[in-house]
Amino acid sequence: MKKLIAFGAALLLSAAPAFAQDKPTEILNASYDVARELFQQINPAFAEQWKAKTGQTIEIKQSHNGTSRQARSIVEGLQADVVTFNQATDVQFLAEKGFVAADWKSKFANGASPFYSFPAFLVRKGNPKNVKDWADLARADVKAVFPNPKTSGNARYTYLAAYAFALEQNKGDEAKAKDFVKTVLGNVPVFDTGGRAATTTFVERNIGDVLITFESEVNGIRREYGDKGFEIVIPSVSILGEFPVAVVDRVANRRNSQEVSRAYLDFLYSEAGQDILARNYNRVHNPAVAEKYKAQFPAVRLVKVEDVFGGWEKATKTHFAEGGILDQVFVNR
Amino acid sequence: MTMPAAVSRPGPSGRLAARLLIGLAVVLTIGFIVVPVAVIFAQAFARGFGPYLASVTERDTLRAIGLTVLVAIIAVPVNVLFGLAAAWAITKFEFPGKKFLLTAIELPFSISPIVAGVAYILVYGSNGLLGPFLEANDLRIMFALPGIVLVTMFVTSPFVVRELVPLMQVQGSDQEEVAATLGASGLQIFWRVTLPNIRWALFYGVVLCTARAIGEFGAVSVVSGHVRGETNTLPLQVELLYHDYNAAGAFAAASTLTLIALATLALRAVIEQRLPRTGRVGH
Repeated sequence: MKKLIAFGAALLLSAAPAFAQDKPTEILNASYDVARELFQQINPAFAEQWKAKTGQTIEIKQSHNGTSRQARSIVEGLQADVVTFNQATDVQFLAEKGFVAADWKSKFANGASPFYSFPAFLVRKGNPKNVKDWADLARADVKAVFPNPKTSGNARYTYLAAYAFALEQNKGDEAKAKDFVKTVLGNVPVFDTGGRAATTTFVERNIGDVLITFESEVNGIRREYGDKGFEIVIPSVSILGEFPVAVVDRVANRRNSQEVSRAYLDFLYSEAGQDILARNYNRVHNPAVAEKYKAQFPAVRLVKVEDVFGGWEKATKTHFAEGGILDQVFVNR
Repeated sequence: MTMPAAVSRPGPSGRLAARLLIGLAVVLTIGFIVVPVAVIFAQAFARGFGPYLASVTERDTLRAIGLTVLVAIIAVPVNVLFGLAAAWAITKFEFPGKKFLLTAIELPFSISPIVAGVAYILVYGSNGLLGPFLEANDLRIMFALPGIVLVTMFVTSPFVVRELVPLMQVQGSDQEEVAATLGASGLQIFWRVTLPNIRWALFYGVVLCTARAIGEFGAVSVVSGHVRGETNTLPLQVELLYHDYNAAGAFAAASTLTLIALATLALRAVIEQRLPRTGRVGH
């Protein structure tokens, strides 16, 4: 019976390529939702470089979704060789489950984050509601759009940035900060599950006065919908959004793809990779590239999760865990 | 023949009500069915036939179409066999638990597809019931073709049975019994007696089953893993393209799905004309 099941399953599996000992011909990058266009440009560039260097043809497959969902899928068996996420917590989740090395943060430079961004504002043409800063989001006449902080890493950054702003304004008064984010959350008409769905809500469905999402996405929208005259607003302070990468060892070891997976992530740090990242409005660390694109990156003051919230672990426990502050203020979902 | 006076023509107010209701139905039909379908095609062809063709033949969309067809090719025949066997057992034999079986078969209709998807992950996922066994044998079910086929089969499993059971119940087993007394074997009875009697209902079930297999979104979304050009079926590809800012591509892919739906509708109309005639055969 066992044999029969195995045989039937093997038959069904005909579409899955056999990896065994051969060099892999493809790897899968499980990534965050709004990184679609970015990796569509990164992947062929890397494949070309890899071919020139090793003579091997490699195809990078993409999968995009909320990163918590991606992490969950990987634990349930999604065969991703690498992850490129937008939040440390979901990589940490994979590390706890034994899929990613425990010391993943030290495997690549800058805490394994090849680039950074932050939540910025996108407003409609002429900024009719005159939205300038986080404080405006608490105004009764302003409808803000961002995804659900329960499911979206993108929105968790937005939530933390608003909270950090309120803490600064009220000299560290937690109660007032709580009230502030409660008001802001109360002004959100729709909570989508992912960043791109929120974009669609704001742009296509015409809901809301201001969309809050990564600076890179904000600029991507302005480029994509040039005729609509959207404008970017950089708030007085925002939170540093890091984009951690890691090789999923458990998958890569089995598929013999360690070498190419590592090279793929290294490519993100190379000058060519950083150039593509910056071209797509992600802020990079490479000095030469940062200099080249500095005109498109206005100055912004960024605070870190580590400094304001005592690190992701603590922030998760205090704010995002069941019954945490988010649950207390997030009443209209 | 004159009309009896009791069935009088509607009075002026009745006529007004009738007109209002008919008008309302027309408006609703246009607003909820005709316009959205028209918009899909208008958007798909917004930039002419060339760009439309380019969108439909884009590599990942072609692969999505290929995957969708493959899934249907596997899932539908399996469900036909299952449907025939189940309907045969339910209508031609008496056994305890028959009512329960009939209800169980309809279960996929009342379960939300997303629950079905999650249930399959709980069984076939790496952490699922069979996870350790599958891992040990290096078998991939979830986030690959087998998982997509499995959930599709689950969601579409009632269609064939549902069409067959009522018809076969009406027909009873008289003809089969006659055939048996005349010395026909079980297989002969099935091919010569049962199958000809139910062929249109069977065909109808197959059409519905295929349409659903091609259009299923929720359950497939859960177990697909959304790998571009690999585990995205056509409905998933439509959503993906839409969120890629590629409205033209999304509507082109959607129009392909809509064409399939319209073809299904046409087939249904044809089959429904045939159905009552075969329905009378048993009497």
